[in-house]
Amino acid sequence: MSKELIRLQNLVMEFDGERILDDIDLYFNDHEFLTLLGPSGCGKSTTLRIIGGFLTPTSGKVLFDGKVINDVPPYKRQVNTVFQRYALFPHLDVYDNIAFGLKVAKLPKDEIDRRVNEMLEIVSLKGYENRRIDNLSGGQQQRVAIARALVNQPKVLLLDEPLAALDLRLRKDMQNELKRIQRSTGITFIYVTHDQEEALSMSDTVVVMDKGRIQQIGRPEDIYNEPKNAFVADFIGESNILDGTMLEDFKVRFFGRTFQCVDKGFAPNEPVDVVIRPEDIDIVPPDGGHLTGTVTSVTFKGLNYDIIVDFRGFKWLIQTTDFHAVGSVIGIRLNPEDIHIMHKSEYSGMFGDYSSYSAEYDELTEDAGDEEE
Amino acid sequence: MKKNNALLLSTPYLLWMVAFTLIPLGVVAYYALTDPATGAFTLNNLKSLNLYWGVLWQSILYSLVSSLVCLVLGYPVAYYIAHRGRVAQKMLYMLVMLPMCMSFLLRTLAWVGLLQDTGIINNLLAALGLPRLHLIRTPGAVILGMVYNYLPYMILPLYATIVKIDPRLIQAAEDLGCNSLQVFSKVVLPLSVPGILSGTTMVFVPAVSTFYISQKLGGTDTVLIGDVIERQFKQGNNPNLGAALSLVLMILVFVCTGIMNRFGADEEGGVIA
Amino acid sequence: MKRTNRILTVLIFIFLYIPMAVLIVASFNTGKDITHFDGFTLKQYARLFQDRALLKLLGNSLIISVLASFLATVFGTVASLGLHNLSPKMRSAAMTLTNIPMTNPDIVTGVSLSLLFVFVGSKLLGQRNSLTFWTLLIAHITFNLPYVILNVMPKLAQTDRSLTDAALDLGCTHTQAFFKVTIHEILPGIVSGAIMAFTMSLDDFVISYFVTGLDFITLPVEIYSYTKKPLQPKIYAMFTLLFLLIMVLMVSMNLLQLWSDRKRTTARAKK
Repeated sequence: MSKELIRLQNLVMEFDGERILDDIDLYFNDHEFLTLLGPSGCGKSTTLRIIGGFLTPTSGKVLFDGKVINDVPPYKRQVNTVFQRYALFPHLDVYDNIAFGLKVAKLPKDEIDRRVNEMLEIVSLKGYENRRIDNLSGGQQQRVAIARALVNQPKVLLLDEPLAALDLRLRKDMQNELKRIQRSTGITFIYVTHDQEEALSMSDTVVVMDKGRIQQIGRPEDIYNEPKNAFVADFIGESNILDGTMLEDFKVRFFGRTFQCVDKGFAPNEPVDVVIRPEDIDIVPPDGGHLTGTVTSVTFKGLNYDIIVDFRGFKWLIQTTDFHAVGSVIGIRLNPEDIHIMHKSEYSGMFGDYSSYSAEYDELTEDAGDEEE
Repeated sequence: MKKNNALLLSTPYLLWMVAFTLIPLGVVAYYALTDPATGAFTLNNLKSLNLYWGVLWQSILYSLVSSLVCLVLGYPVAYYIAHRGRVAQKMLYMLVMLPMCMSFLLRTLAWVGLLQDTGIINNLLAALGLPRLHLIRTPGAVILGMVYNYLPYMILPLYATIVKIDPRLIQAAEDLGCNSLQVFSKVVLPLSVPGILSGTTMVFVPAVSTFYISQKLGGTDTVLIGDVIERQFKQGNNPNLGAALSLVLMILVFVCTGIMNRFGADEEGGVIA
Repeated sequence: MKRTNRILTVLIFIFLYIPMAVLIVASFNTGKDITHFDGFTLKQYARLFQDRALLKLLGNSLIISVLASFLATVFGTVASLGLHNLSPKMRSAAMTLTNIPMTNPDIVTGVSLSLLFVFVGSKLLGQRNSLTFWTLLIAHITFNLPYVILNVMPKLAQTDRSLTDAALDLGCTHTQAFFKVTIHEILPGIVSGAIMAFTMSLDDFVISYFVTGLDFITLPVEIYSYTKKPLQPKIYAMFTLLFLLIMVLMVSMNLLQLWSDRKRTTARAKK
């Protein structure tokens, strides 16, 4: 049985006239690993800081165990934080860093000793007690930061993009570590990241945020397979997003053709966004496919080829292990389970076309195009 | 930290500074505009300043020359120190700072001993069979005194600025084809301008207002504004005139530093390295 | 080019130290004239320690310098904490205010403070002797404060903000966070500010000259009054001793810093 630990009600955060958080409603249960996922500026770190007590929301309530804690300062909350750049105290060694919170709480010496040593064991840093902080590698500093927070036995642990500064392989190892620690201690982890792979691999629940609003909440598989709008579809993994019309349940029309699909519950003839993942597209000879198009670029990625194909002016991304040369004409087949339908939203039209991978590049080439004219 | 806490901590300090920095200046203005005998409002003190334009100009001239000499002498030293190893830099920095911490009066008196007609330098010249020179009680001696006393004030800010110049900028300039002279004139010199302005200010201000140096090393015709002010307070017993002169001096300094600050200022950092 | 720079630098250092060398040599002189070295002796040092009046003056200078620099350091550090967290506009105004004693000529500061004290003392409080030890202390604290603040503020700006957040997160109140974490980060600034304030106070002549009354005279003010006759050599002895003291202070500070830097880099190399 899950118990609700923290609830955010109608949270609004304004700063310098800008609305950073717009009416956030969210709850966090015990024992869960929940991730706030989104691009920079979406408000995820702000949400975390509000939970930690470092920011006071402009309006709305923060509840802990049912009680409003808006005005409770950080040092009185049963919450601890792992900071992005670790924030280890340079003038203390590893032992004293980890023991810091316990000493402030004036716990007896042997209790402190026991807990610190237990922590060192858990984060695999036994023997490092007397090391100076600047003598540690990034990964080791990370583990000290985690130990320092966990040793206080908080009910909730907040992690603000803690793995951002580590290199790839270490990051993957640390992701497994964190998952393991969360499972064994049973503490609720609230994790903030912009890396969707990280979020999908570690979390029980993912909260996707953009522009200060929650876009979607769900299990990683659900978010991936059934994104709610174009933003989520584009942010998580790669997606081709097309305009379509939902003729009736299980039938959608786009690119001049009618396709079978597995979604229902839309109004008859409702304009929709159609999502097709690049890895779900089968490439077939031009005459055997649902649609035909021309290959405009091929990039070898190791695991697969990224192929950009032009279908009537709209660029698709297809991921396949077979090579197809630039300029060749190909056909594609789509299976009904791989066609995912979403309601139109403010994000429609912004994503899904693969003329470029990023919005910034789009702007650059647009401006250049304008100047030439 | 919440805004209220910040205000709580800063307000006593701000009040203190207003009380002992701004208000005294107000009191100076009050005295400057008051008649010494009757205490009534008067512009006489300011009018009598006409007598002292010459003195004021002389002060400005002396301090400008001193600042320039300090810049010319100090820049190479600052540059040299900035390009040493870390240990050497710290030691040299300390050696430059040390004279600043020692009695300014005694060091100036030592120059008297050095420059006197029967002083150490002249004794040395005589021993070598060279003619004696009249060094003391000349404008040159006063400028020497100023340069000597204020040279560290030029070197330290210059050093602080030069040492911060990113060596990669110099590498980039060399990569793009500059020889040493061009690297200096196109990269190093422009980037050291904040230090130049800072150092010049820190020399000009005390130089324009000094009185001890001119008293000990200068002749009877070297009267600087500092001398005049000091006399009004300690000997002439005319604080009102003294206040008026101080007011003028202050405005002068304010204008000069204002001009220099236009070219760059550091908000939270310091003029001090 | 580089060699001429080195020669020039050496010459300038010699230039800076010649007068001090003259004074140091004169402290060992049997005669009074600093231009004439009559013979080597240590009796000036003996005379120095027997001269009660002179030692009292030295004591006065030390008392005021230590007291003023200590108070300015505490006051200035607390103020810096507040100033650091003010809005940029207010901070800018506060820094302008802070810079005033530094950009104002000493003589203007001295004159303005003495006029203030006289005005308040005689016109408002009806006292005859307005200039006392306390006015001197106030003046010294006032010109020391900017030095402290301009040394501590940059250190505060450099401190990682998340360190204070971490301390709060781990259970410290704001005051505890300051003493357990922040102060360690800004300590170099506090120390250098304090030392700067101390040396400025010890050697201050102009401001003290205008603000000091007859009841508490400091050494530089007294030396200034010796205008006519040649200075007593005991004073050169005192200069030499102070020179050694300050040099020892500075050298040890430097060595300490170098030693702690090296400890870090060798430890890192071992890893």
